[in-house]
Amino acid sequence: MTTAVTSYSASRPEWLKYFSFCIDHKVIGIQYIVTSFLFYLIGGALAGLVRAELTTPEPDLLDPSLYNGMFTLHGTIMIFLWIVPAVTGGFGNYLVPLMIGARDMAFPRLNALAFWMTIPAGLLLIASFFVGPASTGWTAYPPLSILTDQKAGQVLWILSIIMIGTSSILAAVNFITTILKMRRPGMGLFHMPLFCWAMLATSVLALLATPVLAGALILLLFDICFGTVFFNPAGGGDPVVYQHLFWFYSHPAVYVMILPVFGIISEILPVHARKPIFGYKAIAYSSMMICCLGLLVWAHHMFTSATPDWLRIFFTVGTLLVAVPTGIKVFSWIATLWRGKIHFRSSMLFALGFVSLFVMGGLAGVMLGSAPIDLHVHDTYFVVAHFHYVLFGGSVFGIYAGLYHWFPKMTGRMYNEFWGRVHFFLTYIGFNLCFFPMHILGLQGMPRRVAQYDPQFTSLNVICSIGALILALSTIPFLVNMIYSWTRGERASGNPWRALTLEWTTLSPPPTENWHGEPPLVTEPYAYGISSHS
Amino acid sequence: MKAQRIVSIVVLVGLIISAAVWYGINNHLLPEAAGLEAEAYDRLFNTMVGIAFGVFLLIEGLLVFAILVFQRRPGDEEDGPGIGENLRLEILWTAIPIVTVLWLSIYSTLVYNRMVGKEPLTIAHHHAHPHTTYVAMTEGEEGVTEVDVTAMQFAWIFTYPGTEVTSGELHVPLGKKVRLNMQAMDVIHAFWVPELRLKQDAIPGMTTHLEFTPTRLGTFNIVCTELCGAYHGGMRAEMVVDTPADYQKWLAEQAVAQKQGKAIAIKPGEEFFASIPHHVPAHIHHVINEELVR
Ligand code: HEM
Ligand SMILES: [Cu+2]
Ligand SMILES: [Cu+2]
Repeated sequence: MTTAVTSYSASRPEWLKYFSFCIDHKVIGIQYIVTSFLFYLIGGALAGLVRAELTTPEPDLLDPSLYNGMFTLHGTIMIFLWIVPAVTGGFGNYLVPLMIGARDMAFPRLNALAFWMTIPAGLLLIASFFVGPASTGWTAYPPLSILTDQKAGQVLWILSIIMIGTSSILAAVNFITTILKMRRPGMGLFHMPLFCWAMLATSVLALLATPVLAGALILLLFDICFGTVFFNPAGGGDPVVYQHLFWFYSHPAVYVMILPVFGIISEILPVHARKPIFGYKAIAYSSMMICCLGLLVWAHHMFTSATPDWLRIFFTVGTLLVAVPTGIKVFSWIATLWRGKIHFRSSMLFALGFVSLFVMGGLAGVMLGSAPIDLHVHDTYFVVAHFHYVLFGGSVFGIYAGLYHWFPKMTGRMYNEFWGRVHFFLTYIGFNLCFFPMHILGLQGMPRRVAQYDPQFTSLNVICSIGALILALSTIPFLVNMIYSWTRGERASGNPWRALTLEWTTLSPPPTENWHGEPPLVTEPYAYGISSHS
Repeated sequence: MKAQRIVSIVVLVGLIISAAVWYGINNHLLPEAAGLEAEAYDRLFNTMVGIAFGVFLLIEGLLVFAILVFQRRPGDEEDGPGIGENLRLEILWTAIPIVTVLWLSIYSTLVYNRMVGKEPLTIAHHHAHPHTTYVAMTEGEEGVTEVDVTAMQFAWIFTYPGTEVTSGELHVPLGKKVRLNMQAMDVIHAFWVPELRLKQDAIPGMTTHLEFTPTRLGTFNIVCTELCGAYHGGMRAEMVVDTPADYQKWLAEQAVAQKQGKAIAIKPGEEFFASIPHHVPAHIHHVINEELVR
């Protein structure tokens, strides 16, 4: 097994490459995952403070404007520095070239550049907190973001998001080119693992939508710094236009955060249920359908923003239609499990947990998509519940599933299964305690983004905060397990799960350029129970 | 064997549907309705919650069943059956959701049109500063009570066109259609009364409208739901639904009181009025100043 070590310059210690401008897609993938996880810990600590404040109805723990700064930084970190970089930059970079039999991404230097942009962007974001935190939510609606007292923080916040957005555009170009042009000869598009389809759809969305966000933020910056009035009604500007531009990006952004995770789940279920993925083509097409529909439904975030009636109807129909491709995926996953032989490894537990929680989030989403229903629940805790079910129950559970599943491949070591399961059950229980009651809070009348609330909502809020505490604790077994196993875990073979996709045909961890010799040709990545493999 | 299986599937589906219908009717997730629009809303809401609950039971049920039944037995290293598609099944689970969401879209549209009234929510764009174009509509539609609403950091102010009355509390007559004409002085706010199931942003630079017909006497919370600054959570007011007679009486009393120069009560957040924006309309500024002096 000692020959498995990479051919990276022998004169320097192996780990140093993770701190360098390394152009190996696997190093970059791991750099993204580890960096984004560190940001996740910061974002999580902020969430803990927010939940601590909310255990009582009075705004007593934090100064109310500091509270606004905290949930703003929390949301911004979770979206832009945790989930997006982890699922696209992290898993995308690590897996796509391996899955299509390529030696690296199409543009390796651009790839490293995209990663190294996220670090200054993240530091800038955190710095913004100390010059007077941006306090206008991750949505930064004008005129509040223009009239704010924390102008310096708001400006740094904008610059940081523009930088991350640029990084994500670069990554999108790279993924599209790699997937379309770098596949091993003989591998057609419909031979690709579904994760690659998901990354293709994600990258198209990121490429088309992110520039619009950048444009909106630049105009906002001008309004704040140079007295222009694009969005400032005091000079005849229109704040609603900002909302259109913002959501034109930010609705697709939610699919940028979930499509790769759909891909991860489609990889994990067949391996650990020992069955072919059910409905390969339907799942591949549904990713592309979500990509198209996802570009056309943004104003469902604006049903109360003086949107014309006919538009609200249009966006209602479009939004509800998203449920169709999403449903196709969920039903196909369940059919994949049907009559399988399920191994309950940690990755599978998180994948199954993902399906169960994502369904809940999707159903709440369909309700929110109906304009009249949304009139009542918009900007309440019901929405907070919905997006945590899809983003935490969805994306974060999917990331954990993927981390356990590919841990042996990435590190060459096995993780501890017992502590993985403990991590899963703590997370599952903490999550539901924390976020399920929020549906009820919203329906009953609690608005979001408040440090102070009606005392009738106290007991449910206390339950939520207890759930949050359990969630915080649940990361401890995870971290200990990962760090310990990475350094001392049992050595992993090339293919410990007996999986059929290409990344499992090479060593764990794979050598530089991924295969010694030619990568084998795999055109049936899910042929469990069909051909004689194993 | 096969017949037995069909019977058990039919029974299970029947059970799920009954549970869905039951939960749709008995969910009690919403506060008691207090407006005509809210009643239409609740029927749609209950329908959707019922359907969602049914789908939830179906999918989670299948999932739990799969987890319990399709476990790998210890020592079994074989794969499951190599089944990767079933066109009929896939058409089924594409077609049923399409029909369902299209039906829900139509139903939603009908309810939406009722909730916002026949009249579209028109938006009057003003091209100058808000305070110079602040128009109080003195004569409204027949039988419609118009109230002008001004939202500012961090208070609601209600003025009653055709009277001198300005108040921090919204009074409306039972059973009459109410039309709110909303303006925001500084940033975006949103007017929400949970019992009415209605919400509308008040956006600086334009007038937005909200119509409803109260159906229950009582006092209800008005909540600002759009993040509007540090004390956003404290931006609350009350809506009092009076009988039409009481409502007239209240208006008259208020008019007298204000002629005598008595300050009116602007509910929460008094301590923040020190930072009142200077572009607040004069008559409202006056009221707030009195409040501060007290
Ligand atoms: C069946 C699929 C889905 C539908 C129909 C749906 C629908 C909606 C609607 C209508 C809203 C606006 C609610 C409001 O603000 O009043 C919303 C909010 C949101 N959704 Fe979804 N959604 C779906 C899936 C997802 C997924 C997969 C994600 C992310 C992984 C997601 C993330 C979010 C977020 C972050 C918000 C809140 C944004 C904010 O106001 O800060 N949704 N969703
Ligand atoms: Cu959306
Ligand atoms: Cu407000």
